[in-house]
Amino acid sequence: MSLNELMIMRHELVLVAAVLALLIIEIGMPEERKQKINVFAAIIAATVTIIGFLPADTGMLFGGMYSTDPLRMLMKNILNIGVFLIILQSVNWLRQDLYKDRSSEFYLLTFSSLIGVSYMISAGHFLMFYLGLELTTIPIAALASYEQFKSKSAEAGIKLILSSAFSSAILLFGISILYAANGDLYFESFQLSDSLINVLGFIFFFSGLAFKISVVPFHLWTADVYEGSPTNVTSYLSVISKGSSVFILTIVLFTLFRVIQPLWEDVLYATAILTMTIGNLFAIRQQNLKRFLAFSSIAQAGFIMLGIINGTSLGMTTVIYFVVIYVFSNLAAFGVLQTVGHASGKLTMDDYNGLYKTNPQLSLVMMLALFSLAGIPPLAGFFGKFFLFTAVAEKGYYTLLLIAVVNTVISLYYYLLVVKAMFINANENPIASFKSDYSMRISLVICVAGILITGFYSPVFEYIKYLCETF
Amino acid sequence: MILIALIVIPVLTALAVMFARDARQTKNLSAVGMSVQLTLSFYLLYLFLKERASGNTEPVLFGKRFEWYPGLNINFDIGVDGISVAMILLTSIVIFTGIFASWEVKDQFKEFFASLIILATGVFGFFISLDLFVMFLFFELAVIPMYLLIGIWGSGKKEYSAMKLTLMLMAGSALLVVGILGIYFHSDVNGTHSFNILELTNQNFSIEMQRIFFPITFIGFGVIGALFPFHTWSPDGHSSAPTAVSMLHAGVLMKLGGYGCLKVAIALMPEAAHELSWIFLILTSISVIYGALGVIAQSDLKYINAYSSVSHCGLVLFAILMLNKTASNGAVLQMISHGLMTALFFGLIGMLYSRTHTRIVHEMGGLMKVLPFLSVCYVIAGLASLGLPGLSGFVAEMTIFVGAFQHPDMFHRVITIVAISSIVVTAVYILRVVGSLLMGPIKKEEYQHLEPAKWHEKLATVTLIIAIVIIGIAPLWLSDMIMESLGAILD
Repeated sequence: MSLNELMIMRHELVLVAAVLALLIIEIGMPEERKQKINVFAAIIAATVTIIGFLPADTGMLFGGMYSTDPLRMLMKNILNIGVFLIILQSVNWLRQDLYKDRSSEFYLLTFSSLIGVSYMISAGHFLMFYLGLELTTIPIAALASYEQFKSKSAEAGIKLILSSAFSSAILLFGISILYAANGDLYFESFQLSDSLINVLGFIFFFSGLAFKISVVPFHLWTADVYEGSPTNVTSYLSVISKGSSVFILTIVLFTLFRVIQPLWEDVLYATAILTMTIGNLFAIRQQNLKRFLAFSSIAQAGFIMLGIINGTSLGMTTVIYFVVIYVFSNLAAFGVLQTVGHASGKLTMDDYNGLYKTNPQLSLVMMLALFSLAGIPPLAGFFGKFFLFTAVAEKGYYTLLLIAVVNTVISLYYYLLVVKAMFINANENPIASFKSDYSMRISLVICVAGILITGFYSPVFEYIKYLCETF
Repeated sequence: MILIALIVIPVLTALAVMFARDARQTKNLSAVGMSVQLTLSFYLLYLFLKERASGNTEPVLFGKRFEWYPGLNINFDIGVDGISVAMILLTSIVIFTGIFASWEVKDQFKEFFASLIILATGVFGFFISLDLFVMFLFFELAVIPMYLLIGIWGSGKKEYSAMKLTLMLMAGSALLVVGILGIYFHSDVNGTHSFNILELTNQNFSIEMQRIFFPITFIGFGVIGALFPFHTWSPDGHSSAPTAVSMLHAGVLMKLGGYGCLKVAIALMPEAAHELSWIFLILTSISVIYGALGVIAQSDLKYINAYSSVSHCGLVLFAILMLNKTASNGAVLQMISHGLMTALFFGLIGMLYSRTHTRIVHEMGGLMKVLPFLSVCYVIAGLASLGLPGLSGFVAEMTIFVGAFQHPDMFHRVITIVAISSIVVTAVYILRVVGSLLMGPIKKEEYQHLEPAKWHEKLATVTLIIAIVIIGIAPLWLSDMIMESLGAILD
């Protein structure tokens, strides 16, 4: 195997190099200048993201264990951007004295998890897929309990690792049933026989992935873990973890399980309705904004299911396009939560009363993010949602469409509650006016630019569509 | 190009307003921007009439197409027919006067004017778009600033009203998503689906498809047109909104409903419209009567006008459902006439309230003696509302009822007579309000020293009154322009 061939794995190799570089920098850096590592991490993340976009060869490696193509590269790039934004948002938080000695751990674990994500997306074999999935999850469970002095954070870590282990076990069980029935684990040559036991295998497999996407009824861990984890880890969970699992679910359903499409359509139909409705209804009652965004992200997962149901390249396009927009919108919202929480320690909806008077820019960013999540034009979320609905309508599922649009109205209600708190409600002692740090600002500017431009700039959609059609 | 300018100018104005230094500059920028917009609308009217006079009978003029999402066949399609030109004129007059009516907004003035103008952008975009997707985009863009406008600058139970209004209108637009996508996927233009209204007009959709999607689309637009029983956002919303927002909302935004019903629901799915019109005729005549009777029970000036708007907008939908050209012509005339006079009403109510600090009718009295200018304007608005010949209301209502009576069958006759009886009720409440508000003795001592109308208030009211009178005296050019475009929709 030549070096050139190995370069097909460029995304992963660069990440491994990044991890090693961080380790060496961490060891070599004198104690009093430890805080510089945050800057290095941000630069490394930016480099990784940029390298991802450079043109590269595609193909298979290791006899089909690893495969990549332009679409998978795009997925990795989307998630790289997300991680870059999250790291920008973390810099100021990790700079405080409390985490001075440990900040490199955060970046190491994040990058390790990202390596897992990339391998998972590129997997050409169930074993590879499973390894990637585990590598994605375990570092994040460690990160969830990063705030060692908070019991909630430890609780989040335990909950995440237990439920992940549980879901992995279910997923593995599904895989072993599939292996028993079909005698093959390579995606390339995998042929689903018409044995009924495949249904069982598929259900277990789907349940395992549904945990990661937090699809109802596998969503119960979400709110607790989101609430307890540090905000940046929460955004990683809700954007990168979820996004990557959606990608892999789409790929797997569209290729390996194509034969049993009627079955998985039914499964998705039911779970989509449940996920949207329950996510929305629970979100209405939340006071803690992290829990609020947790349920909102559950509801968004339900909307994503709508695109997958379509089952054609249009459905795949709308799903990926929606995830792009979701990355920007959700990270903008979490960024504001993070910076406000860091500056004032306040996290509930009542604390946000009157935020516009003291911090107008942050409030505007938050409003744009929430409106984008709610699907209000001219923001990108509108386009994303409308195209998902198009995917459902193409299939002719107008009842499902009707339920979905009713759900958008419910979601608009609770997003407006936050907007109302920031812009309308009066508050005697609002969160004091403060200046957020530069890296946070850069990240929020990128998010807002994404929210404003992605919809109007149709080549993004057309490019994804082109890749999906040739997939 | 002129159509693109109609969207670009408000957007630029809103942006400029956000960077204004102080209140004075904010107001000047808004006023200049909207004056340009008004001039542009008249220029558009001139161009349109000139084209028509030179024998151009294309259904849509100044059409432009920009490819947007070729993969889904979504294009930024714009163009205008006679109805759109008339509605654009109405919008620019109302937003122009709205700026002057809110001359004295004190807190967060930049955000106020910017949101107001963004709202107007949505409306302008809606009226010029020929692509259902683009149209829907602008529709939602017009609805959402309303939440902040009412929630922040409103009065009374503003938070409740703002939420109720936004959610109900968004629920309407949610139905529209279903309707639009249904139309899209049942269409077949050269092998692809299409959002373009002109291409869709010639599609003969199956009656089964129409039976499902006509009611969905009609109700979707009907919510914002105050169709009974989905009208309940209107009284609360209008009464809590600040003056200019009420003007714009009752004056223009409610007309999006009628316009959409006519140009989308009925134009694209005529068979189902004929089949199902009786249901909606009953609902709209309930709107007409219920709105008019509702007014009598109210004593708050804004509620009075809000309920009378429900009644008048009900009449618009009622006329559209008659499905003939005369009545539909009347419907468009009524949209314009009601837009102008309700804007005048809400503007005047705001001006009175800023002086007397009450909107309850029986707490005021004898205002004619202290505020002669505003009071006379109020009387004119009232007379237009009850349909006095020579003012716009008469022209519109006459045309509607003449058109409605062209149906020879019993059902249409009866329902028309029911709707006509609302005119009597209208006369009752208008005269009652005018009597106790403006005539009689002055109720309170401090009312002796009320400030007379200022220049910007005079400008706003006089502009609206001139428009009302012109349509009342010389309606023919307008109704001809509308009639020509109706041919393409209803034949």
